[in-house]
Amino acid sequence: MLRFITRRTFGAVVTLVIIAAVTFFLFFAVPADPARLACGKVCPPELLEQARHNLGLDQPLFAQFVSWLSGIFVGRDYEGLGHCSAPCLGYSFVNKAPVLGTILDRLPLTISLTIGAAVIFFIFGVATGIIAALRQGKALDKIASVSSLIGASVQIYFVGTLALYFLVYQNHILRQPKYVPFTENPLSWAAGLLLPWIVLALIFTANYTRMTRSTMVEQLGEDYVRTARAKGMSARSVVMRFALRGTLTPIVTILGIDLGALIGGAIITETTFGLQGVGQLSIRAVTSSDLPMLMATVLVAAGAIVVFNIIVDIMYAFIDPRVRLS
Amino acid sequence: MSTPFLSVRDLTVDFHTEDGVVHAVNGLSFDVEKGTTLGIVGESGSGKSVTNLTVLGLHNPENTTISGEIRLDGDELIGASRSSMEKLRGNKVAMIFQDPLTSLSPYHTIGKQIGEVYRKHKGASRAEARDRAIEMLTRVGIPQPKTRVDDYPHQFSGGMRQRAMIAMALVCDPDLLIADEPTTALDVTVQAQILDLLKNLQDEMGTSIILITHDLGVVANTAHDVLVMYAGRAVERGTVKEVLHEPRHPYTWGLLGSMPRLSSAVDVPLLPVRGTPPSLLNVPPGCPFHPRCDYVKLAGPELCRSERPELSPHRGHGDACYLTLAQKREIHK
Repeated sequence: MLRFITRRTFGAVVTLVIIAAVTFFLFFAVPADPARLACGKVCPPELLEQARHNLGLDQPLFAQFVSWLSGIFVGRDYEGLGHCSAPCLGYSFVNKAPVLGTILDRLPLTISLTIGAAVIFFIFGVATGIIAALRQGKALDKIASVSSLIGASVQIYFVGTLALYFLVYQNHILRQPKYVPFTENPLSWAAGLLLPWIVLALIFTANYTRMTRSTMVEQLGEDYVRTARAKGMSARSVVMRFALRGTLTPIVTILGIDLGALIGGAIITETTFGLQGVGQLSIRAVTSSDLPMLMATVLVAAGAIVVFNIIVDIMYAFIDPRVRLS
Repeated sequence: MSTPFLSVRDLTVDFHTEDGVVHAVNGLSFDVEKGTTLGIVGESGSGKSVTNLTVLGLHNPENTTISGEIRLDGDELIGASRSSMEKLRGNKVAMIFQDPLTSLSPYHTIGKQIGEVYRKHKGASRAEARDRAIEMLTRVGIPQPKTRVDDYPHQFSGGMRQRAMIAMALVCDPDLLIADEPTTALDVTVQAQILDLLKNLQDEMGTSIILITHDLGVVANTAHDVLVMYAGRAVERGTVKEVLHEPRHPYTWGLLGSMPRLSSAVDVPLLPVRGTPPSLLNVPPGCPFHPRCDYVKLAGPELCRSERPELSPHRGHGDACYLTLAQKREIHK
């Protein structure tokens, strides 16, 4: 187990460095000059040169990448800006503040948004999937199938906007989405994020319903489930203890992918509800050619996916004893 | 005459499918006496497994209609409530299946799977159930039961899995054990061990056994009585000696002829039963076996093709064929 985690962590670091390198060099393939953007609208050549030097853009590309990379592990000194201690993700070209601080500032919102929505869509998706599987062909199954199809087809900016209009502005049933840190007031935290959670869950639930239903139907036909019934186990225990166990593996797989993707930035959701999360940062980094910020958001997104992948692999071993971590 | 422990009368099982109604079992009757073994023999799709799933109520109630009687120790099982069936399964009637790898849960330890039956039906504690599981594993001949009890099925060999399956089936001392092709998925040496084990446990505990198989060799070694099924019906019934030594039905002859024997010369070819089993969606009129039978001319083509022969005589060695007893004896010689 420990060996597995060590090996996978090493692999994850290598993956992230490669992703960072690709992002870094792609950035310079785009004909945009961050120094000019940083320097401002009216920028005499000396100042532009100065800005270029301060941002380190006058160095060879490879040297720039190496100093960015080493900054993460040992910190880095900036002329005129002082020391940036490890892990240093650099200074934003745009707001001249350390990137790490901004990211850490935004991450709690994104994580809160992700976790809350995930709890809802996981529970609802699996529950409706089980019900649909047990009521194959009956009304409930059809309702679940149709609503999951609808859920899979609609877009967040559509449902989200409608929900905002009817639930918040027209009828004041829910609060205008707003992020309050959990540590400050758990209740306001939940109340402020409830609408984005529900809207996000609405779209993701569909996937879980369909996946749970089809796997559950398969599992219910398995020999070992028949054996459980032949042993006199109650219908409930046959489903919850036997069939569900085999259903969990594919569900956990997509859950890992979804969580990773959402932490990387629920860009549309954040935009729809005016929430300032990591997704918003990444959009702004792209439009303002803010390389350090862009690198940081890419790292968060890739890191989340890599980490959840490892967690999912570990989960497999807990769900299915036939899986060996080696 | 005492009433048999299990008595099935006129059992009919129909599945409603998209293609039509599948007549899986048609008016089947048989008895199992206490402490004896009934072998049910037939090709795939002859209704042998369906019959026994029905005894345990394991059919899908959505698309199945059942009629007839299944009396276990005097209690009617058809139409019994779900909770009373749950109490029965694994307790009074247990079942073991063909493939022990897929039939055991891959997600739970052997000990847990055995123990939970005991906990469910006997209200035992976790610790008691574990002790009982170890005791059962010892009984079915698993070496080092104290450590193997915590193993998962994939850590067991095929024969050991079937032993564990038997341990699980017998943990509550059932009165009736239904073994659905218990040795088909195992290699030959292990087959013999498993059959011996079943026999020994039967002698010890007085369990009645229904042994479903397509292997007449297995029946010869373990069963007391035999029921030969074809297209959802019984075509021959009797003691092992009667059915295997003086078989009366052309289908039984076919089955026996298609079985390799050590005693016959190497160059005597095996004779398969010609043709294929009928679709149960559309069972031929008259004797269901007539399209594959070599003796239709002799028995009377009109009769064979139009009217279904009943199992006769009513008790003892009976078969469903229009040939006269003298003709059958003559042919079988």
